[in-house]
Amino acid sequence: MRSPAVRMFHRLEGLFCVYKPAGVHWKLVRDTIETNLLKGVNDTPAPPLTHQVRFLPNPNNESKASGGLMLRPVSVPVLSKHPLVTGPEFQHLKVGVGHRLDTSSSGVLVMAVGNGNKILNNLYGIQTTRDYTLEGEFGMATHDFTHTSRVVERSTYDHITQEKMERVLAMLEGANQKALRTYSSVDMNSQEAYELAVKGLLGPDGKSVPILTGLRCIRFQPPHFTLEVQCLNETQKYLRKVVHEIGLELRSTAVCKGVRRTRDGFFTLQDALTRNHWSAADVLQAVQKYSSKKNKKKKSSSGTLTDKATLQTSEETLAVSQENKADTEETTTEVQCN
Amino acid sequence: CSSSAKVHVKTLHISQHFYIYLKDLDADDRLSALEEISDEEAVGISIPPSIPPASVSLQDYVDQSETLTKLVQLGVSLWKLERRPNVGSMLLRLDFNRDVAPCLLFLKEIGVEDSRLGYIISHNPFILSENLENLQARVNYLTSRKFSSETVASMVSRAPYLLNFSVKRLDNRLGFFQQQLKLSASNTRNVVARLPRLLCGSLEPVKENLKVCEIECGFKQNEIQHIVIAVPKVLTASKRKLTQIFDFVHNTMKVPHHLITKFPQVLNSKFLRLRERHLFLEYLGKAQYDPDLPSYISLDRLVSLPDENFCTELAMATLEDFYLFQKTL
Repeated sequence: MRSPAVRMFHRLEGLFCVYKPAGVHWKLVRDTIETNLLKGVNDTPAPPLTHQVRFLPNPNNESKASGGLMLRPVSVPVLSKHPLVTGPEFQHLKVGVGHRLDTSSSGVLVMAVGNGNKILNNLYGIQTTRDYTLEGEFGMATHDFTHTSRVVERSTYDHITQEKMERVLAMLEGANQKALRTYSSVDMNSQEAYELAVKGLLGPDGKSVPILTGLRCIRFQPPHFTLEVQCLNETQKYLRKVVHEIGLELRSTAVCKGVRRTRDGFFTLQDALTRNHWSAADVLQAVQKYSSKKNKKKKSSSGTLTDKATLQTSEETLAVSQENKADTEETTTEVQCN
Repeated sequence: CSSSAKVHVKTLHISQHFYIYLKDLDADDRLSALEEISDEEAVGISIPPSIPPASVSLQDYVDQSETLTKLVQLGVSLWKLERRPNVGSMLLRLDFNRDVAPCLLFLKEIGVEDSRLGYIISHNPFILSENLENLQARVNYLTSRKFSSETVASMVSRAPYLLNFSVKRLDNRLGFFQQQLKLSASNTRNVVARLPRLLCGSLEPVKENLKVCEIECGFKQNEIQHIVIAVPKVLTASKRKLTQIFDFVHNTMKVPHHLITKFPQVLNSKFLRLRERHLFLEYLGKAQYDPDLPSYISLDRLVSLPDENFCTELAMATLEDFYLFQKTL
C-alpha cells in the first residue's frame, strides 16, 4: 500500500523545462528545484502510526484490594515509525538536467525527475537542435567575448550596413552547411546522401564540432544587433565566439552581451517555468502537460521525423514569440497612453 | 537468549558447536515452557528488551527509552540529531527525571513557551548537559544588563545556543557591538533582541561586513548605524551578496547613498527579484527613484510588495506581462 508521498512522487516523474535566469549557476537551479519538490512530496499527510499493546503497571492502589494482576493492557503508538524519529519519507530526489547552460546565459533548461532521467539520456542521443538569441554590440573586443570582461580592442563601426551584415551571415551559413555535410557519416556522392538531404536528416551522428544549422539577423541598430541561431553540439562560449568572429569579418569588433536559449528540442519558451513557478504543484502541472502532449503526438503523427518536427516547431515558436512580443509591446503602449 | 551463543561460535570446532547446542538443550529441560506457574510469577518474569547493543539510529531505542519517548512527545527531531556525532549516545545516557526535566522546568520558568522547547532541543541538545547554576548565572547577567524577562525568553527561543556561552563571552560580544557601532545602550539592546544570534556567532564576519560597508560601499558612520538599527541582518549577510546588491542599486539603478540609507531593506532583499523588477520598470519607462520628481517609486515598496501588487500598483501592467518579460531577460 503506497503512501500519499510515494503516489505524489510517481505523478512528478517526467520531463519539464524551466527558464534559467542569467547569473545563476545551473546547479543552484537544480538544487532549488529539488528542495521545492522535496517540500511538496513530504508535505503530504503521513499515514497514521501503528499501535502496539503493552502491559503497563497499574497506577492506582485498587489492584491490591481486588487481589488480581497489577498490570493493565494499554495500546501505545509505536514511536520508532514516527516521522520525527525516522525523518521525512523522501530525503533525496533524482533531478537531472539536460543540455547545460553556463552561468551568464539564460533560457530554457530541460530537467527531469526520477524515471524521466532515462528519457533525458535518449534526448541527448537524438540529434535535436537548439534555438538561441544572441545580443551583440559593435565597437569593442574583449578577453572572453562578453561585455563585462577586460577590453582588448576598440574600433569604429560606422561603415557597417545591413547589407554587409547579411553577406557575412550568408558566408557563415555556407561554411556551416559544408561542415554539416562533411561530418555526416555518408558519402556525398551516394543516393543515400540525397535521400537523407531531401528529408532533412543529413547531419552529424553523435559528437562533432558545433554546427549552426540556421543563422539570421533579427534586429540591426548599430551598435546593437540581435542574431537568431539554430545549432547542434554547441556550447555558449562558442556562440559568443561566433559573435566575435562576425565583428572581425565586418572589419570591426563585436562583443556578445547576452545568450538566451529559446528552444531545446520540443521544449519552448512558452512551456518554461519562471522562478515564481518553481514549486512542486507547478512542476507537477508542467510534467503532466508534457506527457499528455507526447501521447497526443504519438497518436496523431506516426511518420514525422525528429528534425522536420523540430524545424516546424522552431518556426511556430518564432511566430508565437514574435506575436507575444508584439502583444506585450501593444499592451504596454496602451498602458502608457492611459 | 540462548541463541546468541550459537551465532557467535564461528571460530570453534564443529564438534564443540554441537556440544554447546546439546548442553543448552539440557538447560531448557529444567524450565519447560509448558510448566504451569501462577499469575504473579508470570508477571514477575522480566523479558529484557530485544534492542541491539550498537546501532546507527535511535529508532531501535526510542520505544524502550523513557527519555527518548518524552523527547519525541515534546517535538524534538531525533532524526536530525542522530546524524550529529555523539549526540545520539549522549541523549540515550540522559535520565529524564535527573537531567532533562530540571532543565525544561528552568526554561519554562524564564518564560520560554512549551511549543518552543522541542525546537530549542532539536537545535541545541547540549543545553541538557549544561549545569543549571551556569544557566541561571547567564540569565541573571542578561537581566542585569537591563534586558526584560520577556526579551530574554524570546532571545533564548530564537537562538538556542545562547545560554551555552559563558558570561564573559556574552559580555565581550555586547561590548563589541556597543563600541564598534557606537550605539547607545538601548539601541544595542534593541538590535541584539531582534537578532539574538549575533551573540552566538563569531565576530570576524561582522567586522568584515562593517569594513565592506565603510570602504567598498562608501557609507559614512552614521549611515551604517542607521542601517544596522533598521536591518540588523546586514551584519551577518554574506559579503558577496551585499556588494552585488549595492553595486546594482547604486551603479545600475543610480540610487544615491542617502536614499539607500533611508530604505535599508533593499540590502536584505533577493538580488534576482530586484533586478527583474527594475528591468521591467525600465522597459515600461517607469524606473524613477528620485523623490523630488513625479511618479516616484520608493525602494522599500519595490522589494517588499508581492508580485501581484507590484504589477498592479507600481508597474500598472498585468502579472502575465511580467512573467513574459522575465522570459526575455
